[in-house]
Amino acid sequence: MNFAVLQFPASNCDQDVIHAFGNVLGHSARYVWHKENSLGDADAVIVPGGFSYGDYLRCGAIARFSPVMQAVKQFADNGGLVIGICNGFQVLTEAGLLPGALVRNRDLQFHCEHIFLKTATHDSPFTNKIPAGKILRIPIAHGEGCFYADKETLDSLVAHRQVLWQYCDAKGNLTDTANPNGSLLNIAGICNERRNVAGLMPHPERASEPLLGSDDGRSVLESMIHSLQSKQAATVA
Amino acid sequence: MSGIFCIQKFLAHSSNFSDIVHASMKAKIIITPKKAVVDPQGKTVQGALEQMGYKGVTSVHVGKYIEIDLAPGTDKAAAQKALNDAAHKFLSNPIIEDYKLEIE
Repeated sequence: MNFAVLQFPASNCDQDVIHAFGNVLGHSARYVWHKENSLGDADAVIVPGGFSYGDYLRCGAIARFSPVMQAVKQFADNGGLVIGICNGFQVLTEAGLLPGALVRNRDLQFHCEHIFLKTATHDSPFTNKIPAGKILRIPIAHGEGCFYADKETLDSLVAHRQVLWQYCDAKGNLTDTANPNGSLLNIAGICNERRNVAGLMPHPERASEPLLGSDDGRSVLESMIHSLQSKQAATVA
Repeated sequence: MSGIFCIQKFLAHSSNFSDIVHASMKAKIIITPKKAVVDPQGKTVQGALEQMGYKGVTSVHVGKYIEIDLAPGTDKAAAQKALNDAAHKFLSNPIIEDYKLEIE
Protein backbone atom coordinates (compact mmCIF):
# COMPACT_ATOMS: atom_id res chain seq x y z
CA MET A 1 0.00 0.00 0.00
CA ASN A 2 1.07 3.59 -0.65
CA PHE A 3 0.73 6.04 2.19
CA ALA A 4 0.99 9.77 1.52
CA VAL A 5 2.25 11.69 4.55
CA LEU A 6 1.61 15.43 4.33
CA GLN A 7 4.33 17.89 5.29
CA PHE A 8 3.45 21.42 6.34
CA PRO A 9 5.96 23.94 7.64
CA ALA A 10 6.50 22.77 11.27
CA SER A 11 5.02 19.31 10.89
CA ASN A 12 7.19 17.23 13.21
CA CYS A 13 5.70 13.74 13.36
CA ASP A 14 5.94 13.15 9.61
CA GLN A 15 9.14 11.10 9.96
CA ASP A 16 7.63 8.99 12.74
CA VAL A 17 4.67 8.13 10.49
CA ILE A 18 6.96 7.29 7.56
CA HIS A 19 9.02 5.06 9.88
CA ALA A 20 5.95 3.28 11.27
CA PHE A 21 4.29 2.55 7.92
CA GLY A 22 7.53 2.09 5.97
CA ASN A 23 10.09 0.43 8.24
CA VAL A 24 7.89 -1.18 10.88
CA LEU A 25 4.95 -2.32 8.76
CA GLY A 26 6.79 -2.69 5.43
CA HIS A 27 4.61 -0.55 3.21
CA SER A 28 5.44 2.32 0.91
CA ALA A 29 5.21 5.68 2.61
CA ARG A 30 6.31 8.99 1.14
CA TYR A 31 6.15 12.69 1.95
CA VAL A 32 3.83 15.06 0.12
CA TRP A 33 4.81 18.72 0.48
CA HIS A 34 1.92 21.03 1.32
CA LYS A 35 2.33 23.01 -1.89
CA GLU A 36 1.65 19.96 -4.05
CA ASN A 37 -1.67 19.85 -5.88
CA SER A 38 -1.77 16.09 -6.22
CA LEU A 39 -1.47 13.08 -3.93
CA GLY A 40 -0.18 10.86 -6.72
CA ASP A 41 -1.00 7.18 -6.40
CA ALA A 42 -1.77 7.29 -2.67
CA ASP A 43 -4.02 4.63 -1.17
CA ALA A 44 -4.37 6.57 2.07
CA VAL A 45 -3.40 9.98 3.44
CA ILE A 46 -1.88 10.71 6.83
CA VAL A 47 -1.99 14.27 8.18
CA PRO A 48 0.75 14.06 10.82
CA GLY A 49 1.27 15.87 14.10
CA GLY A 50 3.31 18.97 14.72
CA PHE A 51 2.71 22.68 14.89
CA SER A 52 1.82 23.51 11.30
CA TYR A 53 2.39 27.21 10.61
CA GLY A 54 3.46 27.67 14.23
CA ASP A 55 -0.12 27.08 15.40
CA TYR A 56 -0.68 30.73 14.43
CA LEU A 57 -4.26 32.03 14.56
CA ARG A 58 -5.64 28.62 15.59
CA CYS A 59 -4.08 25.15 15.39
CA GLY A 60 -4.55 23.89 11.83
CA ALA A 61 -6.32 27.05 10.64
CA ILE A 62 -3.67 28.05 8.11
CA ALA A 63 -2.62 24.56 7.01
CA ARG A 64 -6.15 23.79 5.88
CA PHE A 65 -5.77 26.38 3.11
CA SER A 66 -2.55 24.80 1.76
CA PRO A 67 -2.88 23.67 -1.87
CA VAL A 68 -2.52 19.99 -0.91
CA MET A 69 -5.66 20.19 1.22
CA GLN A 70 -7.80 20.63 -1.89
CA ALA A 71 -6.44 17.32 -3.13
CA VAL A 72 -7.09 15.74 0.29
CA LYS A 73 -10.68 16.97 0.25
CA GLN A 74 -11.15 15.52 -3.24
CA PHE A 75 -9.54 12.26 -2.12
CA ALA A 76 -11.87 12.05 0.90
CA ASP A 77 -14.92 12.94 -1.21
CA ASN A 78 -14.02 9.99 -3.43
CA GLY A 79 -14.01 7.69 -0.40
CA GLY A 80 -10.24 7.59 0.19
CA LEU A 81 -8.90 6.86 3.69
CA VAL A 82 -7.60 9.91 5.54
CA ILE A 83 -6.36 10.01 9.12
CA GLY A 84 -5.24 13.08 11.04
CA ILE A 85 -3.05 12.58 14.08
CA CYS A 86 -2.79 15.32 16.74
CA ASN A 87 -2.21 18.51 14.71
CA GLY A 88 -3.52 16.53 11.74
CA PHE A 89 -6.81 16.05 13.62
CA GLN A 90 -6.93 19.81 14.20
CA VAL A 91 -6.28 20.45 10.49
CA LEU A 92 -9.11 18.08 9.49
CA THR A 93 -11.63 19.73 11.85
CA GLU A 94 -10.60 23.18 10.63
CA ALA A 95 -11.01 21.94 7.05
CA GLY A 96 -14.53 20.77 7.84
CA LEU A 97 -13.63 17.17 6.97
CA LEU A 98 -14.44 16.21 10.58
CA PRO A 99 -17.01 17.80 12.91
CA GLY A 100 -16.21 19.71 16.10
CA ALA A 101 -13.12 21.61 17.17
CA LEU A 102 -10.08 21.17 19.41
CA VAL A 103 -9.53 23.86 22.02
CA ARG A 104 -7.06 24.57 24.85
CA ASN A 105 -6.65 21.77 27.39
CA ARG A 106 -8.82 22.59 30.37
CA ASP A 107 -5.81 22.91 32.72
CA LEU A 108 -3.91 25.06 30.16
CA GLN A 109 -1.00 22.61 30.38
CA PHE A 110 0.76 20.91 27.49
CA HIS A 111 0.32 17.18 28.14
CA CYS A 112 3.10 14.85 27.08
CA GLU A 113 2.40 11.43 28.56
CA HIS A 114 1.00 7.96 27.92
CA ILE A 115 -2.76 7.69 28.29
CA PHE A 116 -5.23 4.81 28.02
CA LEU A 117 -7.74 4.53 25.21
CA LYS A 118 -10.92 2.56 24.88
CA THR A 119 -12.04 1.72 21.37
CA ALA A 120 -15.70 2.70 21.15
CA THR A 121 -16.41 0.76 17.96
CA HIS A 122 -14.47 -1.71 15.84
CA ASP A 123 -16.66 -0.91 12.88
CA SER A 124 -14.35 1.46 11.03
CA PRO A 125 -11.29 1.23 8.75
CA PHE A 126 -9.26 2.64 11.66
CA THR A 127 -10.30 0.25 14.42
CA ASN A 128 -11.16 -3.10 12.82
CA LYS A 129 -7.87 -4.81 13.80
CA ILE A 130 -7.78 -3.58 17.38
CA PRO A 131 -8.27 -6.66 19.58
CA ALA A 132 -11.70 -6.70 21.25
CA GLY A 133 -11.64 -5.37 24.79
CA LYS A 134 -8.01 -4.23 24.47
CA ILE A 135 -7.20 -0.98 26.29
CA LEU A 136 -4.55 0.85 24.27
CA ARG A 137 -1.66 2.61 25.97
CA ILE A 138 -0.56 5.38 23.61
CA PRO A 139 1.25 8.71 24.06
CA ILE A 140 -0.30 12.14 23.69
CA ALA A 141 1.59 15.43 23.24
CA HIS A 142 -0.66 18.45 22.88
CA GLY A 143 -1.80 21.73 24.38
CA GLU A 144 -5.02 22.07 22.39
CA GLY A 145 -6.67 18.68 22.42
CA CYS A 146 -9.92 19.33 24.23
CA PHE A 147 -12.62 18.11 21.86
CA TYR A 148 -15.61 20.42 21.67
CA ALA A 149 -18.81 20.23 19.63
CA ASP A 150 -22.28 21.61 20.29
CA LYS A 151 -24.90 19.27 21.71
CA GLU A 152 -26.54 18.58 18.38
CA THR A 153 -23.21 17.56 16.82
CA LEU A 154 -22.28 15.41 19.83
CA ASP A 155 -25.65 13.62 19.72
CA SER A 156 -25.16 12.99 16.03
CA LEU A 157 -21.61 11.65 16.59
CA VAL A 158 -22.92 9.18 19.15
CA ALA A 159 -25.99 8.22 17.12
CA HIS A 160 -23.87 7.44 14.06
CA ARG A 161 -21.17 5.67 16.10
CA GLN A 162 -18.55 8.14 14.95
CA VAL A 163 -16.73 8.22 18.29
CA LEU A 164 -13.81 5.83 17.74
CA TRP A 165 -11.64 6.27 20.85
CA GLN A 166 -12.23 7.63 24.35
CA TYR A 167 -9.80 8.39 27.18
CA CYS A 168 -10.17 5.88 29.99
CA ASP A 169 -8.29 4.53 33.00
CA ALA A 170 -6.16 1.35 32.86
CA LYS A 171 -9.27 -0.75 33.40
CA GLY A 172 -11.28 0.92 30.66
CA ASN A 173 -13.47 3.17 32.81
CA LEU A 174 -14.32 6.51 31.20
CA THR A 175 -13.54 8.66 34.22
CA ASP A 176 -12.96 12.39 34.46
CA THR A 177 -9.50 11.90 35.96
CA ALA A 178 -8.50 9.74 32.98
CA ASN A 179 -9.46 12.59 30.65
CA PRO A 180 -6.21 14.53 30.09
CA ASN A 181 -7.65 17.60 28.40
CA GLY A 182 -11.34 18.01 29.23
CA SER A 183 -12.67 16.58 25.96
CA LEU A 184 -16.45 16.20 25.92
CA LEU A 185 -17.49 12.56 26.40
CA ASN A 186 -13.77 11.78 26.90
CA ILE A 187 -13.44 11.85 23.11
CA ALA A 188 -9.92 11.16 21.85
CA GLY A 189 -10.79 10.39 18.23
CA ILE A 190 -13.71 10.38 15.83
CA CYS A 191 -14.54 9.62 12.20
CA ASN A 192 -16.87 11.23 9.70
CA GLU A 193 -20.31 9.83 8.95
CA ARG A 194 -19.01 8.04 5.86
CA ARG A 195 -16.30 6.46 8.06
CA ASN A 196 -13.39 7.13 5.69
CA VAL A 197 -11.91 10.16 7.49
CA ALA A 198 -10.70 9.94 11.09
CA GLY A 199 -8.79 12.07 13.54
CA LEU A 200 -7.31 11.45 16.97
CA MET A 201 -5.14 13.38 19.39
CA PRO A 202 -3.04 10.40 20.62
CA HIS A 203 -0.09 9.24 18.50
CA PRO A 204 -0.44 5.60 17.37
CA GLU A 205 2.75 5.93 15.28
CA ARG A 206 4.72 6.67 18.45
CA ALA A 207 3.53 3.35 19.87
CA SER A 208 4.18 1.12 16.89
CA GLU A 209 7.01 -1.08 18.19
CA PRO A 210 8.09 -2.40 21.60
CA LEU A 211 11.29 -0.32 21.48
CA LEU A 212 9.09 2.75 21.91
CA GLY A 213 7.61 1.47 25.15
CA SER A 214 4.33 0.35 23.63
CA ASP A 215 3.20 -1.17 20.37
CA ASP A 216 -0.50 -0.70 21.09
CA GLY A 217 -0.82 1.93 18.38
CA ARG A 218 0.23 -0.51 15.72
CA SER A 219 -3.26 -2.02 15.55
CA VAL A 220 -4.66 1.34 14.47
CA LEU A 221 -2.24 1.45 11.53
CA GLU A 222 -2.85 -2.24 10.79
CA SER A 223 -6.59 -1.58 10.72
CA MET A 224 -6.06 0.89 7.89
CA ILE A 225 -3.84 -1.58 6.00
CA HIS A 226 -6.37 -4.38 6.50
CA SER A 227 -9.19 -2.17 5.29
CA LEU A 228 -7.26 -1.12 2.17
CA GLN A 229 -6.25 -4.69 1.39
CA SER A 230 -9.84 -5.92 1.78
CA LYS A 231 -11.04 -3.16 -0.55
CA GLN A 232 -8.33 -4.03 -3.07
CA ALA A 233 -9.22 -7.75 -2.91
CA ALA A 234 -12.89 -6.93 -3.42
CA THR A 235 -12.02 -4.77 -6.46
CA VAL A 236 -9.87 -7.51 -8.02
CA ALA A 237 -12.54 -10.12 -7.40
CA MET B 1 -2.98 32.02 21.05
CA SER B 2 -3.41 35.78 21.00
CA GLY B 3 -1.83 37.97 18.39
CA ILE B 4 -2.08 41.04 16.27
CA PHE B 5 -1.92 40.75 12.53
CA CYS B 6 -1.07 43.83 10.53
CA ILE B 7 -1.40 43.56 6.79
CA GLN B 8 -0.27 46.72 5.07
CA LYS B 9 -0.91 47.42 1.44
CA PHE B 10 0.40 50.48 -0.31
CA LEU B 11 -0.58 51.82 -3.69
CA ALA B 12 2.31 50.98 -5.94
CA HIS B 13 1.91 53.85 -8.36
CA SER B 14 0.81 56.68 -6.11
CA SER B 15 2.73 59.92 -6.15
CA ASN B 16 1.63 61.36 -2.82
CA PHE B 17 2.41 59.15 0.17
CA SER B 18 0.91 61.48 2.80
CA ASP B 19 -2.47 61.36 1.03
CA ILE B 20 -2.35 57.58 1.15
CA VAL B 21 -1.70 57.49 4.88
CA HIS B 22 -4.45 60.02 5.44
CA ALA B 23 -7.01 58.13 3.39
CA SER B 24 -6.18 54.64 4.64
CA MET B 25 -8.76 52.49 6.35
CA LYS B 26 -8.36 50.07 9.16
CA ALA B 27 -10.40 46.96 9.91
CA LYS B 28 -10.56 45.76 13.49
CA ILE B 29 -11.73 42.27 14.27
CA ILE B 30 -12.32 41.11 17.81
CA ILE B 31 -12.64 37.36 18.27
CA THR B 32 -13.99 35.89 21.50
CA PRO B 33 -14.67 32.31 22.59
CA LYS B 34 -18.35 31.39 22.45
CA LYS B 35 -20.01 31.43 25.85
CA ALA B 36 -20.84 27.70 25.58
CA VAL B 37 -17.16 26.79 25.13
CA VAL B 38 -15.17 26.37 28.32
CA ASP B 39 -12.55 29.12 28.43
CA PRO B 40 -9.87 27.97 30.89
CA GLN B 41 -7.69 30.97 30.05
CA GLY B 42 -10.48 33.41 30.92
CA LYS B 43 -11.22 31.53 34.14
CA THR B 44 -7.55 31.57 35.15
CA VAL B 45 -7.27 35.31 34.50
CA GLN B 46 -10.49 35.86 36.46
CA GLY B 47 -9.07 33.88 39.38
CA ALA B 48 -5.88 35.97 39.30
CA LEU B 49 -7.85 39.23 39.20
CA GLU B 50 -9.86 38.12 42.23
CA GLN B 51 -6.69 37.10 44.04
CA MET B 52 -5.22 40.53 43.35
CA GLY B 53 -8.22 42.11 45.01
CA TYR B 54 -10.16 43.36 41.99
CA LYS B 55 -13.80 43.04 43.06
CA GLY B 56 -16.96 42.56 41.04
CA VAL B 57 -15.52 40.58 38.14
CA THR B 58 -18.23 38.13 37.09
CA SER B 59 -16.48 36.58 34.09
CA VAL B 60 -13.43 36.99 31.85
CA HIS B 61 -13.08 35.85 28.25
CA VAL B 62 -9.72 35.96 26.53
CA GLY B 63 -9.86 36.36 22.77
CA LYS B 64 -7.89 37.83 19.89
CA TYR B 65 -7.64 41.20 18.21
CA ILE B 66 -6.75 41.42 14.54
CA GLU B 67 -5.93 44.71 12.85
CA ILE B 68 -5.93 44.91 9.07
CA ASP B 69 -4.81 47.99 7.15
CA LEU B 70 -6.70 48.45 3.90
CA ALA B 71 -5.47 50.12 0.73
CA PRO B 72 -6.61 53.73 0.36
CA GLY B 73 -9.66 54.10 -1.82
CA THR B 74 -11.03 50.69 -0.81
CA ASP B 75 -14.79 50.59 -1.01
CA LYS B 76 -16.01 50.27 2.57
CA ALA B 77 -19.10 48.18 1.82
CA ALA B 78 -17.11 45.80 -0.35
CA ALA B 79 -14.39 45.53 2.31
CA GLN B 80 -17.04 44.85 4.94
CA LYS B 81 -18.44 42.01 2.84
CA ALA B 82 -15.03 40.53 2.02
CA LEU B 83 -13.77 40.71 5.59
CA ASN B 84 -16.96 39.22 6.99
CA ASP B 85 -16.37 36.34 4.63
CA ALA B 86 -12.71 36.03 5.71
CA ALA B 87 -13.64 36.29 9.38
CA HIS B 88 -16.25 33.58 9.04
CA LYS B 89 -14.13 31.25 6.92
CA PHE B 90 -10.65 31.79 8.27
CA LEU B 91 -9.98 34.41 10.95
CA SER B 92 -12.47 32.87 13.39
CA ASN B 93 -13.82 29.35 13.81
CA PRO B 94 -17.63 29.70 14.09
CA ILE B 95 -17.85 26.40 15.99
CA ILE B 96 -16.01 27.86 18.98
CA GLU B 97 -15.73 31.61 18.42
CA ASP B 98 -17.73 34.78 17.78
CA TYR B 99 -16.32 37.86 16.09
CA LYS B 100 -17.05 41.55 15.74
CA LEU B 101 -15.85 43.50 12.71
CA GLU B 102 -15.40 47.27 12.54
CA ILE B 103 -13.97 49.31 9.69
CA GLU B 104 -12.88 52.85 10.25
